Amino acid sequence: MFDYAFMRYAFTAGIFIALICSVMGVFVIARQTSFFTHTLSEIGFSGASFGVFAGISPLAGMLLFTCCSALFIGLSGEKVSRRESSISVFSGLFLGLGVLFLSLSNKQANYATSILFGSIVGIDATDLRDLVSLSIFLLILIFFTFRKLAFSSFDAQGAEYNQRFNKLISILFLLMLALTVSITAQIIGALLIFVLLTIPASASKYFVHSLWKMIGLTFIFALTGVWLGLYLSYLTNWPVSFFITVIESLIYGGAILKQRVAEWHN
Amino acid sequence: MNSILEVNGLDIKIPDRTLFKNLKFKIPPNALTCITGENGVGKSTLIKHLLQDLDHNYTVHTRFAINRDQVQYVPQLRNIDDEYPLCICDFVSLGFKHRILPWNSKAMNIKLAGILQDTKLTAIQNRALGRASGGEKQRAYLAQALCSDPELLILDEATASLDRTAKHFLLKLLKQIMQKRDLTVLFITHDPELIDAYADYELHLANQSATMTKKGAE
Repeated sequence: MFDYAFMRYAFTAGIFIALICSVMGVFVIARQTSFFTHTLSEIGFSGASFGVFAGISPLAGMLLFTCCSALFIGLSGEKVSRRESSISVFSGLFLGLGVLFLSLSNKQANYATSILFGSIVGIDATDLRDLVSLSIFLLILIFFTFRKLAFSSFDAQGAEYNQRFNKLISILFLLMLALTVSITAQIIGALLIFVLLTIPASASKYFVHSLWKMIGLTFIFALTGVWLGLYLSYLTNWPVSFFITVIESLIYGGAILKQRVAEWHN
Repeated sequence: MNSILEVNGLDIKIPDRTLFKNLKFKIPPNALTCITGENGVGKSTLIKHLLQDLDHNYTVHTRFAINRDQVQYVPQLRNIDDEYPLCICDFVSLGFKHRILPWNSKAMNIKLAGILQDTKLTAIQNRALGRASGGEKQRAYLAQALCSDPELLILDEATASLDRTAKHFLLKLLKQIMQKRDLTVLFITHDPELIDAYADYELHLANQSATMTKKGAE
């Protein structure tokens, strides 16, 4: 299996994707912005097709759209992103715009599917380099904002009165999220990044209760999903994204089951 | 009487009415002052206004002997549901404000252990906060506030959802901690029983003004 360069790239990419998803994912779950993460990937799709339509690169279009909406949500308060109706409006509008730009630019639909569903086995050395630089950049940012981010994510009301710069932190986090979604969606697809940013972190909170352990376990869950998914896909020739989503869902199901059993025993 | 906070001639208006007119009071240091008054009289609004003034450190009508970093406000409501994952120990650690590195220093961990001990949380520090009882949660909020070494602690209806035993337990603990750390506490409450038993002063808000009474509790 490792004779193929694309497999080696995919396995290496898996480590970095799991790394980003573990640190970002834990905060996404704590801030309850999973749905905005989902919306962001649709906004990213729309931005990419705008990029193609306007003749700038798809990545530039994606970054433009996702960062603008992150700024908008950040400035109008993160609550907006949790409101069901505003999620529907955002998702619908941007998917519609995406379709419009695609049709205006006469590109074929397979471009759209590659952004939405991507393929981790399709990546090359350049993609891998992008991914690694993004991960390092994000990790450095998180390193310096970790405490403030943790306070405002895990205790929004407490932080509101006892910590300064919460709004700035919130905007910064959403921008980081926009960056993560845009760059990784190019490489592994919007579906996969949404799955990996939300499910492993939601599952890990049922097993461990310290912040560091949650990040660690989320990393393990994400990495297991990606690696096992790649292996199964190699055996069966079915899409990797399918296996990864199934594995992550099973992990989540297991977590819920474990929780139920524990409650039942008490 | 020297004071940690002095308000003189303060007016607070909200869009449809005037809450306070020419408000005047002083908060004595190292004492427990209970703020009382009917629902809607503007207790929380007053506190939020004071906190805002503190951000600017000084205004014409309010004078503080401390700066904003030395005040901790413990809000009445927090979004902590049954599934809230973080353990009590990590939740309390969120209150350390003056450090950039993500992990706690040795000195911080020693301080944390002391605070957990003072708030009687040591035995359950690794339990998820979502699984804690109402009284344990309030103690965790208190502990978190203590992490930044405040001079003034403002508790907003901290006992509202607690039963009688838990209420008294929390207040006794609070009095011990105040003595140990020379803390001044403003406690917004409706509970006459607690005021009689623990308050040093009562600041009663009514008819757009405030009356300060000394209480003999010890």
